[in-house]
Amino acid sequence: MQQADKLEVSSSPGGNNAPARWGQAALALLGLIVTLFVLWQGFLFLRDSEVSKWIIAIVAIVWGVGGVAALYVVSNQLIEQLPANIGRVVLPYLFIGPALALLLWYLALPGLRTFWFSLMDRNSQNFVGLDNYATVFTTRFMLETFRNNLLWIGLGASTSVILGLLIAVLADRSRFETVAKTLIFLPMAISMVGAGVIWNFIYEVRAVGDPQIGLLNAIVTALGGQPQAWTASNQPWNNLFLIVILIWLQTGFAMVLFSAAIKGIPSEIIEAARVDGANEFQVFFRIMVPFIRSTIITVSTTIVIFTLKIFDIVIVMTGGQFGTEVIATQFYRQYFSNRNFGLGSAIAIVLLLAVVPVMIYNLRQFRDREGF
Amino acid sequence: MASQSSKLKRDRLVSGLLVNGTLALICLIWTIPTAGLLISSFRTRVDIQTSGWWTIFPHREWITVDQVDAGQIPTTGEVMEFYGVEGTFAEFRTGVEEDGVRIQWIGNRRLGRIEVKERQWTTNADFTLENYESVLTGKRYEVRQPDGSIAIEQGADLSNAFINSLIVSIPSTTIPILIAAFAAYGFAWMSFPGRKILFILVVTLLVVPLQIALVPILRDYVALNLNGEFLAIWLAHTGFGLPLATYLLFNYISGLPRDILESAFIDGASHFTIFTRLILPLSVPALASFAIFQFLWVWNDYLVALIFIGSKPDVQVLTMRLADMVGSRGADWHLLTAGAFVSMILPLTVFLFLQRYFVRGLLAGSVKG
Repeated sequence: MQQADKLEVSSSPGGNNAPARWGQAALALLGLIVTLFVLWQGFLFLRDSEVSKWIIAIVAIVWGVGGVAALYVVSNQLIEQLPANIGRVVLPYLFIGPALALLLWYLALPGLRTFWFSLMDRNSQNFVGLDNYATVFTTRFMLETFRNNLLWIGLGASTSVILGLLIAVLADRSRFETVAKTLIFLPMAISMVGAGVIWNFIYEVRAVGDPQIGLLNAIVTALGGQPQAWTASNQPWNNLFLIVILIWLQTGFAMVLFSAAIKGIPSEIIEAARVDGANEFQVFFRIMVPFIRSTIITVSTTIVIFTLKIFDIVIVMTGGQFGTEVIATQFYRQYFSNRNFGLGSAIAIVLLLAVVPVMIYNLRQFRDREGF
Repeated sequence: MASQSSKLKRDRLVSGLLVNGTLALICLIWTIPTAGLLISSFRTRVDIQTSGWWTIFPHREWITVDQVDAGQIPTTGEVMEFYGVEGTFAEFRTGVEEDGVRIQWIGNRRLGRIEVKERQWTTNADFTLENYESVLTGKRYEVRQPDGSIAIEQGADLSNAFINSLIVSIPSTTIPILIAAFAAYGFAWMSFPGRKILFILVVTLLVVPLQIALVPILRDYVALNLNGEFLAIWLAHTGFGLPLATYLLFNYISGLPRDILESAFIDGASHFTIFTRLILPLSVPALASFAIFQFLWVWNDYLVALIFIGSKPDVQVLTMRLADMVGSRGADWHLLTAGAFVSMILPLTVFLFLQRYFVRGLLAGSVKG
């Protein structure tokens, strides 16, 4: 850590006249109290009032956003009244304090608390040790859940990455690059719930002989086949049809990052390889892929983590029925439907353990960075 | 020499066609699902239920041109004759084709009618705004059933959920940005004990799955009587979005030129003044990138909303309403289509107009927990 790099404020903004200073400090303290009071009143108003939705909305937004800003301002005023040497020590914690408090409350401590719940029984009453973890790793429905997650990652994440890379390379050499990239990227803006509705129109199945309103079955019957319940029958392959939705959503993300990385390759290198007689495949595998290696790693880890936590698609499409349960939906089912707090927490911790390698990788990358 | 250059030209043409052709095909496949939904949302309830959305384009279809009562109850294997065509019940049931005409038994064995169909060009292009009307206003409206009777249907009111989504999304986007910007400045330009270890905490939390936080936070909210309050979900989204926000903004703010800050200090400005007057305006591109990222994330979120406001129907956001409709109104496809599109309008608009910033945000750091 290079402390010398940081800036120091030497002069105190407060005056050196003692009574005036006390007055200002009292004023600043009053400011903080008034702000807190107004915020509390706003909270009560929002919680209890029955006025029109629009008024609530505007008050809520002003209260939420303005409140946070106001708290920073009045706290800063208070700190400025402190003696310079104390103020200098306290001020950094005003800047990072709220963020740290929220990070601790919302992510760091819950990790420990969830771990503790996972060692307790279903009502969090008695300590049961690792029993819940034994259940997680031995029960048939849990093993099916893990198998499905492996399918999602093995097929969904890898296809997204490969397809994203392919499209990025194609788009780079095409005349309608911008349009193509926008179209492929567009599903990123669509919620997974919305995507579920969209894909229902592809997978819908009707009885034999009725007109098929799902595109896939319409094609199959037009070719003389039998309509299929794509997301329900042929387990475990019905998972594939859910995974396709993820690929549709994610490929754009991979493509955009790869596209930017490919544009960063100096064109002289590629030209030189072509002049030396390399064909397009050699250019791709010997030059492009090694050059964008770090981007490939970043994109892959991001997509794998995202895939690991997949929830909405499964809930909307099948509700976890027909052997499509994944870790995140199983967590929800055990905790919120079956009210088995111990098992639900253990599943959440397994999800956390799965991302630990990525955490370590991130920390390593960070350690290698200069200037911190 | 001339032949070689023409060969080169031809190669280039072929590869250009190959590249553009493949790309066009992929784009087509990518666009069809959304296009299908958009088209469906303008079709009538009956049309959606009885024909695919692609039938709005001109196509050839079997159209009924004549029909009669079957007038008999056939036994299995009994050969009948209609319109000069012979066949068993099973054959007529699937349709017997002769001279471009299809004779088909419609209905069951006891109550059947015979339809004569011809293949004709047709379209199903009968568009309506009724789906959107019923989804946005929730008003009752009349539906003509296939058999001619009229039923009264209750629309699904999504306007309320739309406002709720706005109330949830706007503060859930701005609050973490503000808090993260302060923290990023603190980490980048101030010195204090524990600076490095605290930043390592931020980096570690980048990929923590938010599932591990749901249960303890829910217990806190129940204890604080906060469950179902907007404040609860803002804080949750703020907490979950903070690691990425702090990390991205730190990368940007720590890269700002040192001279600007130093000269401001020499002029006697405090950290607070420098932050609000100098750093925030200079960081607008980074702030915008993260804002778009977070807005899309929050607007499209289903899990966090489901857990923290699931118990209160009047504060439900769009994704929850939509998911409910998929579950409870599985048959009401016409409402689902319009509902889904209403939920997509805002993120799609934001996305299309601010795509550049969004991409920049993705490039700056792409690990989100």
